[in-house]
Amino acid sequence: MITSTLESVPGRTIREHLGIVQGSTVRAKHIGRDFMAGLKNIVGGELRGYTELLGEARDEAFERMIEQATAKGANAVINVRFSTSSVTQGASEILAYGSAVIVE
Amino acid sequence: MEALIDLWQILLVVGLLILAFFTGGFAERRHYKSIIRREDALGDIVVVVAKTLPPIEPAPATLLVRGNVVISVDYFKRFLARLRMIFGGRIHTYESLLDRARREAILRMQEQARELGASMIFNMRFETSSISKGRRNAVGTVEVLAYGTAVVPPG
Repeated sequence: MITSTLESVPGRTIREHLGIVQGSTVRAKHIGRDFMAGLKNIVGGELRGYTELLGEARDEAFERMIEQATAKGANAVINVRFSTSSVTQGASEILAYGSAVIVE
Repeated sequence: MEALIDLWQILLVVGLLILAFFTGGFAERRHYKSIIRREDALGDIVVVVAKTLPPIEPAPATLLVRGNVVISVDYFKRFLARLRMIFGGRIHTYESLLDRARREAILRMQEQARELGASMIFNMRFETSSISKGRRNAVGTVEVLAYGTAVVPPG
């Protein structure tokens, strides 16, 4: 599966557009990480726990998007975008979406 | 007795402010040093916001790369920002926070591209979100994501 933020795949032509594919996940932070975050809010610096949490969440959203693309019979997803929104206090939704295409 | 509790609370806040002033300043200076050093090392991976690739023959492989960071201001800087919100104007402390976050996210994306043997990153995008909102919706923690398409020359 080819994934790209570009509008085309270099050296290949798009044979068919299969429509939008997307994957999302909603994640909440847990207390242990929140405690460390509280500490970091005082001393300042990177919150590694959250960085990893959001990284994993983005991996999962991306995987789900790929699954959807595979189910549609696509071999590439172009114009991929990520989006983040906070649903409630302490939880965020991670979304990955793009256009599923068949390239030759 | 109540006066004693008040005094204790004031001392705690002042103590936290002093602690945050030193640790936060130290963390920021160290972070900037590391950012500048790594920007020099990764400068050969050019990051472009343009959408279309220049014609390269033979066609290169393209791969999605990304880097993210969650970063927080310290208690002292948040205190300064809250003061600034009374009068309005530039909040320097948050400007440097976002600057550090964006540059760090780009660096992590470039590091991933370097591992893949890429020479350029095309159509880079930023995504910024605030993680925690404190009192009066004051933003203290931000996440910045940088993503783009790494261009790997064939062979």
